[in-house]
Amino acid sequence: MALAAVIWVLTIAICYVFFGHYWWFPPPISQHGQDYDAQFNATLWVTGIIFFLAQFALGWVIFTYRDRGRPARYTHGNNMLEALWTTATALLFIGLMLTGSRIWAAVHFDGPPPDSMRIEVLSKQFAWSFRYAGPDGKFGRTDIKLINDQGGNPFGIDDKDPAGKDDITSASIKVPAGKPILLILKSRDVIHNFFVRELRLKQDLVPGMEIPFPFTADQTGTYEVACSELCGLGHHQMRTTLEVMTEADFNKWKLEQAAQK
Amino acid sequence: MSSSIVHAAHQAPTGFIRRYIFSLDHKVIGIQYYFLALFSVFLGMGLSVLMRYHMVYPDAKVSWFEKLWPTGAAGGIMTPELYLSLMTMHGTIMVFFVLTTAPQSGFGNYFLPIQIGAEDMAFPVLNMLSFWTTFLALCVMVAAFFVPGGAPLAGWTVYPPLSAVGPLAGPGEGLGQSLWIISIAIFSGASLMGAINFIATTIDLRAKGMTMMRLPLTCWAWLVTAILGLLGFAVLLAAGILLLLDRMAETSFFIPAGLVVSDQILNHKGGSPLLWQHLFWFFGHPEVYIAILPGMGVASQLLSTFARKPVFGYRAMVYAILSIGFLGFFVWGHHMFMSGMSPYSAMAFATLTMAIGVPSAIKTFNWIGTLWGGRIRFTSAMMFAMGFVSLFVTGGISGIFLGQPALDLYFHDTYFVVGHFHMIMGVAAIFGMFAGTFYWFPKVTGRLMNETLGKIHFYLTFIGVYCIFTPMHWLGIAGNPRRYADFTNFDFMGKLMPVHTFMTWAAIITASAQLIFLFNLFWSMKKGAVATDNPWDATTLEWGIPSPPPFDNFAGHHPVVNHGPYEYGVPGGAKDYLMQSDPP
Repeated sequence: MALAAVIWVLTIAICYVFFGHYWWFPPPISQHGQDYDAQFNATLWVTGIIFFLAQFALGWVIFTYRDRGRPARYTHGNNMLEALWTTATALLFIGLMLTGSRIWAAVHFDGPPPDSMRIEVLSKQFAWSFRYAGPDGKFGRTDIKLINDQGGNPFGIDDKDPAGKDDITSASIKVPAGKPILLILKSRDVIHNFFVRELRLKQDLVPGMEIPFPFTADQTGTYEVACSELCGLGHHQMRTTLEVMTEADFNKWKLEQAAQK
Repeated sequence: MSSSIVHAAHQAPTGFIRRYIFSLDHKVIGIQYYFLALFSVFLGMGLSVLMRYHMVYPDAKVSWFEKLWPTGAAGGIMTPELYLSLMTMHGTIMVFFVLTTAPQSGFGNYFLPIQIGAEDMAFPVLNMLSFWTTFLALCVMVAAFFVPGGAPLAGWTVYPPLSAVGPLAGPGEGLGQSLWIISIAIFSGASLMGAINFIATTIDLRAKGMTMMRLPLTCWAWLVTAILGLLGFAVLLAAGILLLLDRMAETSFFIPAGLVVSDQILNHKGGSPLLWQHLFWFFGHPEVYIAILPGMGVASQLLSTFARKPVFGYRAMVYAILSIGFLGFFVWGHHMFMSGMSPYSAMAFATLTMAIGVPSAIKTFNWIGTLWGGRIRFTSAMMFAMGFVSLFVTGGISGIFLGQPALDLYFHDTYFVVGHFHMIMGVAAIFGMFAGTFYWFPKVTGRLMNETLGKIHFYLTFIGVYCIFTPMHWLGIAGNPRRYADFTNFDFMGKLMPVHTFMTWAAIITASAQLIFLFNLFWSMKKGAVATDNPWDATTLEWGIPSPPPFDNFAGHHPVVNHGPYEYGVPGGAKDYLMQSDPP
């Protein structure tokens, strides 16, 4: 009997904290982020109701059907009920998946807008590097033999290639607000993961692959980027920032970087 | 086959070694597996408490850390690499040597033959071999702690290239990682032997009248688990060998061209890191069901026994187990939504993942249906079975978030995932084992475990695991990544530290409470109240024989089965149940 009470108290406490938003998402900074939160909330409501009802029912049968001397009901089940709850859960679960699939499609199927700004992302144990094409709009050739982290060339950009002369590299990522971005994700050693909470996005960087990953950030600000795939002893330190700037600030930053080269 | 031949091959041995060490008796082997898992679970739990302590107090100096790990904790301060190797070994030991070993090989070995009315497993020598191979695997795994560089740090999923390029990628990635792979390969071999044995036994050795639809749900669960093991471990074994070749023979199954690790250019060409993930999760997802299905079987058996009611929807339960087993092989891609595999395949994996939630929900409804209208006896075994249902619901619900690729865009590799799988395949499965221990202890030892200690242990553990694992979901919602040695480098994690501290202390208290169980287990073996042959008024065949059972289980007698497994609350008789072997 005490068990029923314990289950109810735990259930109410859990629901209370979930709906009180004590530890929660940071506010979204993109349309995708808002769509994400809507899908999350829909799922939270559906699962929250199922969770509450299932735990409440469990507590209720434990409380009501404790041994009070009356005989147990001799029944082997009810096919109508089986059919009913099978259909109901199937519709509910698949339905949630389908409503969410629009969000996944927007990230992965729709393809980036043609005017997207391309930024190369290179991860290594335990640092991030970002590369922007210069005014020519082209990335220069790279060669792993030319990689020189101390010399400021983590990508191994080949100086002999004119397209690479104006490339800008940076240890943190800056993007103009409202502009579609297409990241080209690459890794040099092991698998890493690019995760920005405020964007509600993450994607692995896999050695041997170039993974395109689009996003658009609307809110200016500085946001933390956390590696989210175990990459070795410095995994917990593999941090950089995403700075979303106004278009003017971004252009100014790019000019400054070009001047320093 | 004439029964006299079986008996000739199957006399009770008299020497100590053949009786207790290299025994062919499925009951002794079951107990051996149980104690191997018991050792492992305390080891794995100990590691987890050290990890939780480090996450909250990363700078604390603990002098005995240095004694245990002179390099990993020089000066008594745990390094991040030591944290990661504790994490890797915690996951590995718990998944393989506890969750795969105790519910299936431990309880299954002991009770599957008895519940189906057999004298032993189909292949007793294979059975002995599979235990001693598992034991060898555990020795090799533990040895990884003691080699130069220490235990591996690549996690229990050992994703290459991190796990494939040797010590360049980090400490522990030398000999420690190789031993890890060798141990898992040996373990896979042992599991294959066990799986073949379980399948053959269930199909061939059932007593007269024990039709498939009269099998206890525990036996159904063990059978389907064995099929999952047979198909899953075969793939893991192959994958492990390929990974070992990449490390030792310069092959490139999983290592692509153009790698620069620690400023060194590697010579590998043409491998695919994603290939490992596909092979690993083709095993790894069925593995989740290997861990939980036997617990579902035990929960069904116990809820029916102690509610004095037939299992609600027995057939639906059987079909649910079968569909979980079948679908379990088509959902591995949901571990890889963020991996870089084709995003289109994510839609297929996601749909199938949602589909596998349906039989799980059916089981939950049927468990509640079994309790409904019952006459519940609150034994410790039953408390754990009901706790199992609660934890199964809680752990299953969060899967509805993670199964959606769109929502996984945020939750992948956060504490939300850690909370989800600990709830369902960790503690729910362990509650199944606790329930099984309290339930079958009198059959194995002839004595009852102490009920007062059992209930104290139950409440501390039940509330404790909720306090440890529920907050992980909140951390996940706040975006806290998993597998971080500490949280001092990110601004946003600072706010989450009170949650981490709460979880750490909940873990320390809950872990300490397990000593009550350990005490109860050993004390009751010697001092527990003497049990009758059928203390729970239960129906399945093991309750019709003496406690502890004789060497060949039924003392030369061949049981005949006339009833379904869960005939409780039957009106009109002198007792409220019909044993399976009762006359028609």
